[in-house]
Amino acid sequence: MHTQIQELEKASMRTDVPDFRPGDTLEVHVRVVEGNRSRIQVFKGFVLRRQGGGARETFTVRKVSYSVGVERTFPVHSPVIEKIQLVTRGDVRRAKLYYMRDLRGKAARIREKREAAPSGK
Amino acid sequence: MAKQIKGVLGKKLGMTQVFDQDNRMVPVTVVEAGPCVVTRVRTQDRDGYSAIQLGFGQVDPRKVNKPLGDYLRKHDITPRRYFTEVRTEDAEQYTVGQEILADAFEAGQFVDVTGKSKGKGFAGVMKRHGFGGLGASHGTQRKHRSPGSIGGCATPGRVFKGLRMAGRMGNVRTTVQSLKVHAVDVEKNLILIKGAIPGANGSLVLVRTAVKKGAAK
Repeated sequence: MHTQIQELEKASMRTDVPDFRPGDTLEVHVRVVEGNRSRIQVFKGFVLRRQGGGARETFTVRKVSYSVGVERTFPVHSPVIEKIQLVTRGDVRRAKLYYMRDLRGKAARIREKREAAPSGK
Repeated sequence: MAKQIKGVLGKKLGMTQVFDQDNRMVPVTVVEAGPCVVTRVRTQDRDGYSAIQLGFGQVDPRKVNKPLGDYLRKHDITPRRYFTEVRTEDAEQYTVGQEILADAFEAGQFVDVTGKSKGKGFAGVMKRHGFGGLGASHGTQRKHRSPGSIGGCATPGRVFKGLRMAGRMGNVRTTVQSLKVHAVDVEKNLILIKGAIPGANGSLVLVRTAVKKGAAK
């Protein structure tokens, strides 16, 4: 990509995004505007995937709500997101966790990453 | 009805996405505008029409032919790679040698963008003209993307002129009208235009005030 576009994208990128990976459990605090009031809604789930690069990068969070799977995709650098809170790090071996969609109950759990691994990245 | 058309030659850098004030994502094409220079002013009295001629890009001075090189030297302009004329009623307000940059446009206004579309080579009718093709099943054999019938038999006994068929597609001058300017970066000399514009990244484009929308009277 052209360097001038990369520079342009840098201007709209956030610096407060934590380092998170697929499998991690997040709390995404989303600003919701209703009329002229705005409030914050928390969407908690695990990261199914990260996709794209630069200012266009997005991530998908999946949770099971009242036994219905819900997936929401956010742009990583979206101004709509108030903050992203990392709850736990997951131990997974894939970048895209699509197989989680077919699992339910006990099978649909992600092991937590042991802190023994250096820096836990 | 003196329409003041502003124009600038530039380079298409590529596309990206930015967020607007309402936090919505906007697809934009980034165009590096010029720097262009006014190389000639056409007036009603002398030329029979009113326009400005713009020059853009760099070229080896040795490769410029005498008539053009001498003309540019007379006006103290370094040789340019590309030239184009922009028809505008207020051409007399420009002076030869004047620089035109991205600040000729402002955010929110509408522009027309002209460029050379990407060549697609020899394309079939489905891609070139949007035909539906034939059925995928029901016994269709080796004809899934064909145009179907191209005319009658003995009457008229020929294929009508201009019938849309397969052939070369793209690589032609194309204008996209009424695109919104999302933002102008005066410092970096960039124009952010909402939506797609013709041509490959790095190709020459001409940005002009929109003919149908928002041209200042």
